[in-house]
Amino acid sequence: MDLAFSKEEMAFREEVRTFFRANVPPETRRKLVEGRHLSKDEMVAWWRILNRKGWGVSHWPKEYGGTGWSSVQHYIFNEELQMYPAPAPLAFGVSMVGPVIYTFGNEQQKKHYLPRIANVDDWWCQGFSEPGSGSDLASLKTKAERKGDKYVVNGQKTWTTLAQYADMIFCLCRTDPAAKKQTGISFILVDMRSKGITVRPIQTIDGGYEVNEVFLDDVEVPLENLVGEENKGWDYAKFLLGNERTGIARVGVSKERIRRIKELASKVESGGKPVIQDQGFREKLAAVEIELKALELTQLRVVADEGKHGKGKPNPASSVLKIKGSEIQQTTTELLMEVIGPFAAPYDEHGDDGSNEAMDWTAQIAPSYFNNRKVSIYGGSNEIQRNIITKAVLGL
Amino acid sequence: MDFDLSEEQRLLKESVDGLLSDAYDFDARKKYMAEKGGWSRAIWSKLAEQGLLGLPFAEDDGGFGAGAVETMIVMEALGRALVLEPYLPTVVIAGGLLRHGGSAEQKAAHIPAIIDGSKSFAFAQLEKNSRYDLNDVVTSAKKKGAGWVLDGEKFVVINGENADTLLVTARTKGGQRDKNGIGVFAVAANAKGVARKGYPTQDGLHAADITFTGVEVGSEAAIGDPENALPLIERVVDEARTAMCAEAVGAMDESLKTTVEYLKTRKQFGVPIGSFQTLQHRAADMFVAVEQARSMSMFATMASDFDDAKERATAVAAAKVQIGKSAKFVGQQAIQLHGGIGMTQEAKIGHYFKRLTMIENTFGDTDYHLRRVTESGGLV
Repeated sequence: MDLAFSKEEMAFREEVRTFFRANVPPETRRKLVEGRHLSKDEMVAWWRILNRKGWGVSHWPKEYGGTGWSSVQHYIFNEELQMYPAPAPLAFGVSMVGPVIYTFGNEQQKKHYLPRIANVDDWWCQGFSEPGSGSDLASLKTKAERKGDKYVVNGQKTWTTLAQYADMIFCLCRTDPAAKKQTGISFILVDMRSKGITVRPIQTIDGGYEVNEVFLDDVEVPLENLVGEENKGWDYAKFLLGNERTGIARVGVSKERIRRIKELASKVESGGKPVIQDQGFREKLAAVEIELKALELTQLRVVADEGKHGKGKPNPASSVLKIKGSEIQQTTTELLMEVIGPFAAPYDEHGDDGSNEAMDWTAQIAPSYFNNRKVSIYGGSNEIQRNIITKAVLGL
Repeated sequence: MDFDLSEEQRLLKESVDGLLSDAYDFDARKKYMAEKGGWSRAIWSKLAEQGLLGLPFAEDDGGFGAGAVETMIVMEALGRALVLEPYLPTVVIAGGLLRHGGSAEQKAAHIPAIIDGSKSFAFAQLEKNSRYDLNDVVTSAKKKGAGWVLDGEKFVVINGENADTLLVTARTKGGQRDKNGIGVFAVAANAKGVARKGYPTQDGLHAADITFTGVEVGSEAAIGDPENALPLIERVVDEARTAMCAEAVGAMDESLKTTVEYLKTRKQFGVPIGSFQTLQHRAADMFVAVEQARSMSMFATMASDFDDAKERATAVAAAKVQIGKSAKFVGQQAIQLHGGIGMTQEAKIGHYFKRLTMIENTFGDTDYHLRRVTESGGLV
């Protein structure tokens, strides 16, 4: 057992850090630090810089443009990215549909889609959840019927993050209505510009427009857009959801936010002294830091385990990452709220697109707090995570 | 970065786990508890035979030169079996004081008897008003000729009732809370002027309140610098805290396992109660708490290599906070999920809860260590 990173790993960390310092557009970084939203162009511009460096799809196999890094290197890269901070690669393309395509797709799909994902020529979004199928995803109803050389897709997807920017959506569709739940589902790629697609934005409690409803009415999709085998889509979906085991903890994001809390709490006064000098507040903050350290160590255990024994058998500790990671993200946004206290109140109606620079950036703190309630709901709610632990780890 | 055990460490784990699974089930533990002094000399000898009592000592002193990871392995196993024998006070604490502070003569005088199991030790540190502050010492050691005279009272000295030798913290100069002027003295338990009042503790161990009245010891009794032993004491107590974190992880592991087993077998409403989601999620939360505690136990263990003493102390304090919180949650929920049977002395789960509770209150509770982490400026 050894906690220290090797010399090579430390040098790698320095290399990554240096690259971020030199290449992340300062405006992009500032907006992230202040909790502002980035425009589509700002995000895409950064991702293309990353891709030119060869780090756009770092965890993919080398033959598709990956880096061949060790799991520790990936960990370091993600931590530095989150702490700098710089925008993480678009998960829907890079972490979700990309791996499904290179694992289960045909040669033509790989050749066409993978480079476009890496360079964000296509902005991807995820068509999984439906109004009636949240945690019980396999009950989904959107159907794709074969008609000649195409599928005709009908149904409705929801919580589709950033669908307003998307060129493509990967959908789970029912292709065999007679089959029971999990069987009879297929993984189909749909062009968002197809006739019959309507995107309706959903405004969330923070005032932002991140998620959407996507309606599919008689949308025609070429048969060649099926990934893998028909009716095997559930297997691919499980693969996709199980792929991101360690990134979900977002340790770097929480570290960055704790620094922010400390910075802000040294400036804001309460009772004639900075909030950071209040014993009660400091103890609350220290308690979160300890929880975060425990989470970081748990994550490192999983990372080291994957590095040594491959990703085949997940370390039981990995199911801890989502639960604790989301709780800590929520607690840290809560502490930021506590720091600014009554100044959390002003609401910026145009704050979401980051265009209203006149507004004090503290105006982003309450939205960030409200917005972060989502992290214990998405990606398999924390209650679903407990179901997973119950069955997969405890055998109950 | 590596969290795997080495081949040698894996063998150590197998051997200590093997010994305890053969000789230390819940019924055997009851028998050992009924023996004189509340623990088994036969088990102590077995631990000695397997080399476990000599693990951390240098090869030159007759030991195996093992490190913090090996201690973690042993303590986790001892926690899992709820072992009563005085490994912590003898090997970890007295051993630590001798290893880090003892002269060659002192090592030669005491370490062989620890390694071969012929003597056990106790750490007489807690005082009526000291609570968790190691620098708060009233017991005095006054110079007399080349030696010292000790006067004062110590409380809840674990293994104090049975120990052959007591390692006593005492003030050689300065005021009650001064950091300077604290020494550590080795005192034979049967020395003239030592009065011990022994009693069992909540978790099935034995302790003593000890009065020292004009106890005379020679110059060789002072371990380390008699006027500035606080850094030594702090270092060794941090090692003890780290060891207790590992012990707690073992006890939590076994508590969770026992509870899950109970959920699978206990039937109500015609079904195993483990089929109820409320109880499943509670058990899942216990698992999360145990894993977070395990991570911090490893962190504290590996922190013993940190060069910076402050960073090391903060890491241990942080671990003690996590372990305290996890232990309280896991212990309390284990009782709750067992229902009425969990309230009984005959079920083993309550005994785990009691040990976990006492661990939280030893060498600084959760609030105490949270304050230490806060004062250090935190971890991020």
